[in-house]
Amino acid sequence: MIGVELAKLFRRPRTYVIAALLCALPFIVAVFLATTRIPPPPGQGGAFLSAVLSNGALYPAAAMALVLPVLLPVSVAVLAGDAVAGEASAGTLRYLLIRPVGRTRLLVAKLVSLVVFVLFAIATVLVTSYLTGLLLFGAEPDSTGVTLPADVTSLSGVTITPAGLAWRLLATVAYITVSMLGVAAIALFLSTVTDSALGAAMGALAALVVSQVLVTLDAAAAVRPYLPTRYWLAWIDFFREPVLWRDIERGAALQLVYLVVLLGAAWANFMTKDVTN
Amino acid sequence: MIITRDLTKRYGHTTAVREVGLEVREGDRYGLLGPNGSGKTTLIRMLLGLVFATRGEIEVLGLPVPRRVREVLPQVGALVEGPGMYPHLPGRTNLNLFDAAGPGGGRRDRRRRVDQALERVGLAGIDRRPVRAYSLGMRQRLGLAAALLRTPRLLILDEPTNGLDPRGIREIRDLLTELNREGTTVLLSSHLLTEIEAFCSRVGVMDSGRLVLQDDLAALRAPTGRVVLHTPDADRVIALLDGRVEARDGDRLTVRHQAPDDLNAELVGAGVRIVELAGERRSLEQVVLEATTTSSDRVEGATP
Repeated sequence: MIGVELAKLFRRPRTYVIAALLCALPFIVAVFLATTRIPPPPGQGGAFLSAVLSNGALYPAAAMALVLPVLLPVSVAVLAGDAVAGEASAGTLRYLLIRPVGRTRLLVAKLVSLVVFVLFAIATVLVTSYLTGLLLFGAEPDSTGVTLPADVTSLSGVTITPAGLAWRLLATVAYITVSMLGVAAIALFLSTVTDSALGAAMGALAALVVSQVLVTLDAAAAVRPYLPTRYWLAWIDFFREPVLWRDIERGAALQLVYLVVLLGAAWANFMTKDVTN
Repeated sequence: MIITRDLTKRYGHTTAVREVGLEVREGDRYGLLGPNGSGKTTLIRMLLGLVFATRGEIEVLGLPVPRRVREVLPQVGALVEGPGMYPHLPGRTNLNLFDAAGPGGGRRDRRRRVDQALERVGLAGIDRRPVRAYSLGMRQRLGLAAALLRTPRLLILDEPTNGLDPRGIREIRDLLTELNREGTTVLLSSHLLTEIEAFCSRVGVMDSGRLVLQDDLAALRAPTGRVVLHTPDADRVIALLDGRVEARDGDRLTVRHQAPDDLNAELVGAGVRIVELAGERRSLEQVVLEATTTSSDRVEGATP
């Protein structure tokens, strides 16, 4: 069944359109940065954007910081919201279930396909933004730098070796994937509740928007550590020397709790659901 | 093949199916008749484990549903409320995906299974166009092909000829007859009397969620004890049979008589010219109308 879900994912033009949109955002930003060479003031704009001007090899990290707050979660919510509800409204859900495909197996296959999509999306963004970075900013260190061409400078101003950069990137991909799975779990749960794919996606996005608003609201400080988006950007700490583990650990733990609870709810709901569509 | 007892499904305050005792026997061509909204589809969904009953028992192929539905379904092919396909993919790809899902979908024989199913439903020559470009009739055939992928013992088809032209309906009926002859039990639902009458050996009639009638078609259409005859010598016949003629409509006479063959011999012996003569049978339409009328009264009485 997992194979079937992956075939459906990669045979659908939508998958590539979303990936293209995700790649387009960093590219557009890069074009503006490269033509004007105006870095965002410190503390504003996307992370890494100033550093990118001096070293294009760092652009994949900047690109992740660009797509993560809005575009990537929206894509994940759209796909996850469509996962069950879309099959229901297309009338294919009943035919899968009477094949028969067990309901648990179907949900697991949907989840695996979402993980693969997130990895695919991140990979395309990383590859295209790396090429964009090299093309528009070059890999040369700036005039005052003493680092080797292949090296990059971390946020803390310490040079990171290629090996160090590689594991940090992998850890970042893993962390972002887990964060996005939290989004997927919300949308997947709603997708088993309603037969409207759009409704499920909208519901998940509404939850994220509320979370992001509350994160910045001091009056909501009491609930802040429990908001799903609170630690989304904690992966930036992978690029500090030494790595700041505190928020990363909390973020991963929080997402896992959301995942377990919401997937459990999705499963319980789907197992007993009358498929009437 | 299928037995349900006291099967009831409530959605909130509305009862979609109430106290249904369906019985489909091995080898049957069972026709489930009833107007739209009479509960046919909900009943079929419960048989397939898609909808869970509020009360009652279901047994399909000797196993309880939904508890052991996963052992039942591999031997069942079904079409529920029209075909469901991925519209952006070609028909063949759709079948490949459905074949790969679920048990018995080995990659090695897939091409053969898919080709065979397409051949059977008359779609052997489909091209690479996506399903979205198909006509309703083609989609219906494709859905039927999906139901036939595993050469099922039991076919459950909800309105299988929806969207087909008369020739298509005939083709599908012939296909189902052939499958039935090979040993496949067929349960099909329809709101079209003629379709059921032309194909089925056994009929169930649903009305407002109840199964108000269930019997062999032959029994339902038992002779009425009258003979209808068409003759240019109508006046002579009335004189000859003296009082046994119940109605006259020009050249057509309705005669109370148990044996059409004896009557025919008697009249021909008396020199009456006969154009047509046959024992009268109740039409399925009459049977259904009678059954559903009483039932809707009963429902009216039962509603507070």
